[in-house]
Amino acid sequence: MELRKIFEPKTVAVVGVSLSNPFHPANVIYNKNHLRYEAEAFCVNPKGGTMYGQKVYRNIGEIPSQVDLAVLAIRADLVPQTIRECTEAGVSGAIVISGGFAETGRIDLENELRTLSVENDFPIIGPNCLGIYSPPYLDAFFLPHERMVVPEPGSVALISQSGGILVDLIIKLTQEDAGVSKAVSIGNKAVIDEVDLLGYFQEDPHTRVIGIYIEGFKKGRGRNFVEMMRNFTKPVIILKSGKTLGGNRAVSSHTASVAGDYTVFSELVKQSGAIEASSETAFVSYCEALSCCEKYGKRKNVCIITGSGGHGAMASDICYERGLNLVEVPESDKKELRLRLSNSIQSIASLNNPVDLTGSAVDEDFYVAVEFFLNRDYVDSVILLLLPYLPGISSDVGARLAVAFRELEKHVITYIPHVEKYGIIIEGFESNRMPVAHSVEGAVYMTAALMKG
Amino acid sequence: MDERIRAILNASRMNGWVMEPQAKELLRTYGLPTTRFFWAKSLEASFQGAKEVGYPLVVKVVSPDILHKSDVGGVVMGVEDGRELEVVYQRMSRLNGFQGVLLDQMVQGIEMIVGSKEDPQFGTVVVVGIGGTSVEVYKDISIRMAPLSFPDAMDAIGSIKGRRLLEGYRGREPVNIEKLSELIVSFSQLAFDLRDEVESIDLNPVLCDREKAVIADARFVLKNMDKTV
Repeated sequence: MELRKIFEPKTVAVVGVSLSNPFHPANVIYNKNHLRYEAEAFCVNPKGGTMYGQKVYRNIGEIPSQVDLAVLAIRADLVPQTIRECTEAGVSGAIVISGGFAETGRIDLENELRTLSVENDFPIIGPNCLGIYSPPYLDAFFLPHERMVVPEPGSVALISQSGGILVDLIIKLTQEDAGVSKAVSIGNKAVIDEVDLLGYFQEDPHTRVIGIYIEGFKKGRGRNFVEMMRNFTKPVIILKSGKTLGGNRAVSSHTASVAGDYTVFSELVKQSGAIEASSETAFVSYCEALSCCEKYGKRKNVCIITGSGGHGAMASDICYERGLNLVEVPESDKKELRLRLSNSIQSIASLNNPVDLTGSAVDEDFYVAVEFFLNRDYVDSVILLLLPYLPGISSDVGARLAVAFRELEKHVITYIPHVEKYGIIIEGFESNRMPVAHSVEGAVYMTAALMKG
Repeated sequence: MDERIRAILNASRMNGWVMEPQAKELLRTYGLPTTRFFWAKSLEASFQGAKEVGYPLVVKVVSPDILHKSDVGGVVMGVEDGRELEVVYQRMSRLNGFQGVLLDQMVQGIEMIVGSKEDPQFGTVVVVGIGGTSVEVYKDISIRMAPLSFPDAMDAIGSIKGRRLLEGYRGREPVNIEKLSELIVSFSQLAFDLRDEVESIDLNPVLCDREKAVIADARFVLKNMDKTV
């Protein structure tokens, strides 16, 4: 089904506005879109009249312009009839915010919705969802504008089975300065699901990475997902919950016992080329790294450069857990590098991997070390644990490092604690498309994401 | 579907699963290699069968009530002669739902499991792993969607953590990976073809050595069985 007009509508009808309750989801959606986003918004309520000086249309058919997208926030049992009106009026698709379908036992209503959709080739997002966020065209989340953490424009597209988790993921990506291209809450996914949306995002020029929060695929759709991934060119990150559901079911074969639903999910997702994130932190790190950098094929050779031994040791352990290889630095290289370091650290720096330049290192030492290892064949990626409170570190260290980095097809992932005080240092990295992680763990996760073939 | 396969599935529907002799019959119909076996429903028949299969034997109870034979002492390895066979037969005949014994050829080799199940999200999936009775302890398996190609099967075997055991670990002879892969490929097609009727299949163990990969035990769980057991 054609989804472009759902994401890029010129006109949107919000069905179900309340003339008495300003907090009704439909009112929230109408208000935040009216004059704020590019899609022209119309409101619909069978009673007609006016709302905040705007005409309220009695039905979709009464709207003078051709409506591209309808957003429905009305009682569940009224939804099918309204969808019929949409198809008659030539609307191109709908988002059904309303709950009260399969999740409350009304499987019949949900089936009716699916039938209507398929018979009329009419795409429906939802029901029982938060809606979609698709700047600059529209924002159909029923969250008041002033309450929402509006993400930076960026290249991560999010698909979520849960509206609440979707909002959380947006907040967390925003905290990491990773921007969002589009976000979709698919709710009960009666019609449009993850696999359909992957097809759309593959073609979307604003999206480089797709992040999916999923509880489970609908029947047989996992197989379609794997098939879709065979020719998919953008990185896909998966965050899965409901891993333990069904784990205690009595099973009568060894195979069913060892290959529980989650084991199968995880194994097949991994083989499909998608990356399963083990936690929300990992998910956010993966999305951020892959939105900044091109991922490269299967590689694993990492060099850690640090200003503190403890940070280096922590990062080493996490690298080991993630299957990354800390390369051994040849003696001749240690000798050569040592001569290039500043006098004050020449005798105290430890040039094994992790390369510990110590707290006395200055900008130039980090620059020299990063440049040195990026130019070694045995290193694929550098993890830089930069401690911005060290006296020798200045605010333009990021921009200087970017010079070393830009010429090579290798990645430098940097850890800097994110507090306002260090904002200017972080900006020096991020404005040069060098991802910065909040935590040592995050820096390793990001590196791992780029190295999974 | 082959008439003989249809007949076996129909005959097993009441039980909800296909017992070992019939399961092996079904696999053979499909061209899959199994151990030489004989289903003896009386003591006299078992003496006759023992001659056909040849000592030493593995003797296993056949009963629709016993899904996991080794849990109830329903498997005896290395039965050397008629005297031992008689003792084993008499003991097994007291087990629940006794319908005779299966006399099975003793085969040596590394024990693998090859299995399949219907997954609600991914359809028919095939599991390959280190087999035997401890499969649920080690859980060293890899999973692929059926049907598998030959390279898929090789890759599935190569993804097992214990793959070094198959490559000739510490002087043991290596396993014939090609033969095992061929078995996995045809098995995956069988599982895929029977997906509407069969919920899950265990080939456990599949015995592997330098020459061969041969199915020593098999169980087909039919759809809806998990609700009734």
